[in-house]
Order: sequence, then structure tokens, then C-alpha cells
Amino acid sequence: MNILETDSARLLTAVRTLLEQKGIVSTAEVMERMATTDAANPGQGGRMVAKAWVDPAYRALLLSDGTKAAEALGIMMRGMPPLGVLENTPEVHNLVVCTLCSCYPRAVLGYPPFWYKSASFRARAVRDPRELLASEWKTVIPDAVKVRVVDSTADYRWMVLPVRPAGTEGWDEARLARIVREGDMIGVTVPGI
Amino acid sequence: MFAAGETVRVKNEWPEALGPVHIRTPHYVRGEVGEIVRYLGDFPNPEDLAFARPAERRPLYHVRFLKGAIWPEAKPDDELLIEIFGHWLERP
Amino acid sequence: MDKEAQRAHHDLGGASKFMCESVDIEPHGLTDFDREVDALRQMLAAKKLMTVDELRRGIESLPEADYHRLSYYQRWIRSITDTLLRHGVLTEDELRAALEGK
Repeated sequence: MNILETDSARLLTAVRTLLEQKGIVSTAEVMERMATTDAANPGQGGRMVAKAWVDPAYRALLLSDGTKAAEALGIMMRGMPPLGVLENTPEVHNLVVCTLCSCYPRAVLGYPPFWYKSASFRARAVRDPRELLASEWKTVIPDAVKVRVVDSTADYRWMVLPVRPAGTEGWDEARLARIVREGDMIGVTVPGI
Repeated sequence: MFAAGETVRVKNEWPEALGPVHIRTPHYVRGEVGEIVRYLGDFPNPEDLAFARPAERRPLYHVRFLKGAIWPEAKPDDELLIEIFGHWLERP
Repeated sequence: MDKEAQRAHHDLGGASKFMCESVDIEPHGLTDFDREVDALRQMLAAKKLMTVDELRRGIESLPEADYHRLSYYQRWIRSITDTLLRHGVLTEDELRAALEGK
């Protein structure tokens, strides 16, 4: 049998045991990395979005250099791919997908959700995004709004800056951040109140 | 180098038919005409990185395509925005 | 479509066979196995033992049926192991012995 066809959990244990014995990667290092990776979550992206909604200078920074904008809020970007941010407007709705694998703005949103990695999302998002969003997320993009699908194929990672929903006038950043969901920053949903 | 606003065509090449490769240019956009939106920077060529070969830095561009040209059933003015390395682009 | 006939099996944009398949949008938490594989891959990249492109190449070279049958991180551990064997970081004999608990 091809050794790679071994049960995956056993394969992981064997590889980790060998790497530890050889002094290449220790268990402590893996555990520490798991903890830092687990800490990234959509709340970080939500804080960036909320700040951009209330602070025009921050919004300009976010749209010109997402990495610097993330760092400005204390998010660790060192060693991470550069972050680009695409702005939704009354004229354009952005949707991010990775048709080749699963590139995702992990530094600011955390692990990609299950659906983002699925074959059907990857296939449908580029070809029929309006039908995909309407049927799966009940997100209906009006005909007058252009849909721009961003296929994340290379070294950047892309996040969407959603449109601030009506009815949030006067809200502070913390309150705004709470209405921003993971899907809003990929473009499968839009924030509402 | 290509400039923002320039019209480009993605090379209609299929190296995957010839042997093991790693390519970041999606099949559906090969041979299609698009427009350079902006230069994103130089990055090591993933086609070499994938085989642990020395990887030259290559320019990467954000390129816009009209959906209608690729999938006729799409709403014609909807767009696709894709990162494509310069060595996959040519002047039509 | 002629282009579609030439696509590699991981190159899924617009793939007709998935256009009518629904998307499971329910949250699925990661298992300890998933998180460990993810962290291990990051450590190997940090130590310059493999690139993310090698990870992808290994995943793309899985047979199509395995690619779609295996879970996301099951694909990763296969690709990681394959890459470590290719680079001689691990040998197949060592791996077999470790799998047998020696």
C-alpha cells in the first residue's frame, strides 16, 4: 500500500513523532502555533470595518493598504500575505472566492469556514454569483448593482469592506463592530440591523 | 511591465497537459482579454516554489475581465478580478 | 466548453459538475486533528522546510477521487508527508517504523 494512504490521524502522529525525535518541530511549538492561529477571528475584521465606517482617514488607509490598517489595530500581520480590501458601494458588490484552493484572509478573519473550501462554492461563485448568493444565503444583489467576483489566485488575500447599513447613524465603533459578520467580509452576506 | 488600464490577453497555454505543474492562472480565463487594474508587486514565481526550485520574483497584476465574455449566461457587465502573473499576460 | 475539458481537477471555477450542487453553509468546527495539521504546516513553512506552493502542488496531485473524498486537512497531511519524504526530511523506512509504533 502507498504509505500516504495510511489513516490520516495515524499519519499525523507518526510524522509529528519523527519531527520531534529529529529535533525539527517540537510539540510545544505546534501547540503554541495552534493557540495563536485559534486566536484570529472575524471579530478582528469586524473592528477594521467598524473603524472604517466612522473614520475617513482609516477607511482610506484600509483601502490603500490593508496590512497597515490591520497592524494599526494591533493585528499581527508579520509573515502573513499582504491584505487587500475591496469596497462595496451602492454600485458594486464584491465577492471573494479561491477557485484553485482556499486562499482566505486568515490573519484578519481566522480559519476559512467550511463552505468557503467546498467544491460547489468554488465552482459557482465565479460563474453564477447572483444565483449562488440568492439561493444559499438569501442575499439578493439588485440588478443595478454590479457584481465583482474576486478570484484569490496568488499572493494577496482579499477582504470586503461592506456598506454601512442604514439605521446605524450615531452608533459607536464597538456597536458597529458587533453587526459585522464573517460572510459580510467575504461578500456572501451584507450587514443589517 | 504592463500599465494600469492596458488591455491584455491571458496566454492560451495548457502546461498541465504536458506533465506535473503548479499553476495559479485559472483555466477559465486562459485566452481571455482583460484590463490591468493595478500592479500588485513582485512575488516569487509559485510555479517554481511548488517544486522547491529557485524562484525568480515576477510582477503580479490585478486584472479585470467582463463575465459575459467568459460565461455567456452571466450578466454581461458583471466582473471578475483576478491576480495574474506577468509571464501569463501578453498584448493582444 | 473546450477550456473546461482541459482543466485540472482542482481548478474548479465554473466547473459544470458542481454548478447544481448546493453549498453546505452550516458552521463546522475544526477538530484537534485539523488544527494540528494546520499548525504543523505553518511550523514547517516557518522553518523553510516546505512552501505553501509545495503544499498545494501535493494536494493537486492527489487522484481526483481522493481529492473530493478526503477532508480538507486529510489532503494536507498527505501532501505534507509527501513533501517531507521528497525532501528527505523523513524517510519511508522511518515513517513505516513510526506507524508500527517502533
